[in-house]
Amino acid sequence: MSFLTGFYALLFYTATVLFVVGIGYKIRQYATTPAPLKIPTTPAPITTSGVVVRMAREVVLFESLFRSNRWIWVFGWMFHVALALVLVRHVRYFQDPVWELIVLAQPFGKYAGFAMIAGLGGLWARRIFVERIRYITNPSDHLILALLVAIGVSGLGMKYVAHTDIVALKSFMLGLMTFSFKPLPTDGFLLIHLLLVAVLMIIFPISKLLHAPGVFFSPTRNQADNPREKRHVAPWAAELDK
Amino acid sequence: MADFQTPQMKEFPIIPDLQNDATSHLSPFIAKPNHNEDIGFPGELVDNWEEKAIDKMGDLLGKYRSLRVYLDSCVKCGACTDKCHYFQGTYDPKNMPVARQDLLRSVYRRYFTFAGKFFAKLGMPGIVGAREMNREVLDEWYSYFHQCSQCRRCSVFCPYGIDTAEISMAAREIMDSIGHGQKYCNEILGKLQKIGNNLGLPEKALKATLAEFEEEIEDETGVEVRIPIDEQGADVLLITPSADFFAEPHIDGLMGYAKVFHAAGVKWTLSTYASEAANFSMFIGSYSNMKVVAERIRKAAIDLGVKRIIVGECGHAWRVAYSFWNTTAGIGSGADENDVYAQQLQKQLDHSYPIPQHICEFTNDLIEKGELNLDKSRNDHRVVTFHDSCNVARGSRMGTTPGGQFDIPREVIKACCNNYVDMEPETIREKTYCCGGGGGLLTDDLMEIRVKGALPRMEALKSVVDEHKVTNLAAICAICKAQFAKVLPYYGFPMDMITSTHQLVKDAIILPGEGEGNDDDQEENED
Repeated sequence: MSFLTGFYALLFYTATVLFVVGIGYKIRQYATTPAPLKIPTTPAPITTSGVVVRMAREVVLFESLFRSNRWIWVFGWMFHVALALVLVRHVRYFQDPVWELIVLAQPFGKYAGFAMIAGLGGLWARRIFVERIRYITNPSDHLILALLVAIGVSGLGMKYVAHTDIVALKSFMLGLMTFSFKPLPTDGFLLIHLLLVAVLMIIFPISKLLHAPGVFFSPTRNQADNPREKRHVAPWAAELDK
Repeated sequence: MADFQTPQMKEFPIIPDLQNDATSHLSPFIAKPNHNEDIGFPGELVDNWEEKAIDKMGDLLGKYRSLRVYLDSCVKCGACTDKCHYFQGTYDPKNMPVARQDLLRSVYRRYFTFAGKFFAKLGMPGIVGAREMNREVLDEWYSYFHQCSQCRRCSVFCPYGIDTAEISMAAREIMDSIGHGQKYCNEILGKLQKIGNNLGLPEKALKATLAEFEEEIEDETGVEVRIPIDEQGADVLLITPSADFFAEPHIDGLMGYAKVFHAAGVKWTLSTYASEAANFSMFIGSYSNMKVVAERIRKAAIDLGVKRIIVGECGHAWRVAYSFWNTTAGIGSGADENDVYAQQLQKQLDHSYPIPQHICEFTNDLIEKGELNLDKSRNDHRVVTFHDSCNVARGSRMGTTPGGQFDIPREVIKACCNNYVDMEPETIREKTYCCGGGGGLLTDDLMEIRVKGALPRMEALKSVVDEHKVTNLAAICAICKAQFAKVLPYYGFPMDMITSTHQLVKDAIILPGEGEGNDDDQEENED
């Protein structure tokens, strides 16, 4: 096994563990922290199924963002949908044979990378040119955008500029999953791409990317509006009744 | 007295250039030691307050999922940046919801996140927006978390539902816990817990006032309408903001409720022990204080043996009553069988009615059943618009369907008036603008922020005044009414434009027996 193959294998194992454990830890923390008061932003659904619909509209369509700022919505939604397509397309590198659904997504996924970068570009431009958004931007906000753009560009690079040996890459990835190591191709774009993806996975649980699990735990969005009908008491608050 | 300029009203709202620190000089009076101590906080800024503030933050992070999730989830997308009425009126960037939250979030990141601790060790906490807890931060917190009326408009627009009210409540609770409280809220809470209402109105004064109102109604209508207090065995306990007992235009609303109860033939009562609907504990984020205040109402209900509880016109009070009374004091339905605490009250209450019920729900039910005799033409001299109060609009409900809190008050008004118009759709219902005085800001020491924060509402009002000759701005919140009475003149409107919603009911309602004695004023039907 070459040094490079060993290094990337180790990097991906580490990144995966940090990603899974980190996100798992945060999800557990959100789930176990009590929500002592009913605080849905009204008008809110009064049933659990209504909450599921509200949350789905929020997560799939970015409904609140649509109402607040059309430009942020256009770029933000474009980026996220494209990212989802790209991720779906990438599943093909981790399975053999490839699922039918993933095959179907392939033609869309191929071009989604451009939409992703366009969306990120729009969001980044707002950070630079809109005074209010510049004011609230930290260096880390630029860094994450830079990271995502670099991942996108390097990914497109190996598709449209310098082709990577995709068969060898797939065998490396499948090997990682079964602990039977196969050599990693040594293309520049690929090495940069994989390195940055690993970095993204590592910083995910310690950065603002936590909005991904966080949105599902937001009490203003995930609570049913039924406080008159049901008594809602958190464990620490119930102690005060005694 | 105040040295500031009332902002210019514009026809179309624009987002102005930022003016750094435009309102950094604005902070309310600090609570005196006894104000803090009366409600369970240290009197003055404690030793080691930096450390204790961080400890308290950790405590709250473990108790409130909202705080935990909201501090982690913000991506600084900017969707909220132009949504706050205080930003729109002051141009101070720290009044943008995300920037206001970041005053707290930066400290959270420094002490409770890996990224913050890591970059602080490298000497570059600023990369991830982390800051040390120090005096400068505390002063910023004190200024800007008291320039937030916790109206939750930003939470409507945030893609993650991040609610600045939750952050601002946490910040105020942390400041209270280290002895750095706000005078207005804490003094009032002390009075309430000692005397029963925010104003410190003693029993005798209260009863004398109510007797005056009874006389006034009788003079006007010839009908004897009672405003009962502390009456054992009444069916309904009315909990209303104490401003309804003395302030304009609030008192007209109170007389309106009395007429409605009278016309409906419902036995009702007020309570001297719980003569206040407002619960300022919410503003300072204090769960324990909120519970203590809610328990006064629970006790009054049990002692008086009532079957129903109805809440008068007050915005945050209705949010607390609707959303939090059941949680904090079991005033509601659906307690577990082994929930002894809540069962005691819930067994006594009549669950065929909503508990608690808003006075607008009560009046609207009667209107729908045709049980009120309303003469709309009595309000023909008015063209009315309705101000959705923020805590009602975004934190509560009325009726049985989502959004009932928007429709029911409008139905009540329309049943009493021929001339009704709504303001711009972007400024009403869940997108309503706060009056500018909510959240514990209704104090003279914050007049500048109150006037500036009222700008968006005033602009929307001006547009319907110009286009539809609106004469009256009806509201269902004691704070809105007090705030507008003070602020309307700054924008060139008459202060008496602001109207209690139940004043419109009061003026339209024809009481049973009203007018019958007109030929003979001194008729002697005394039973």
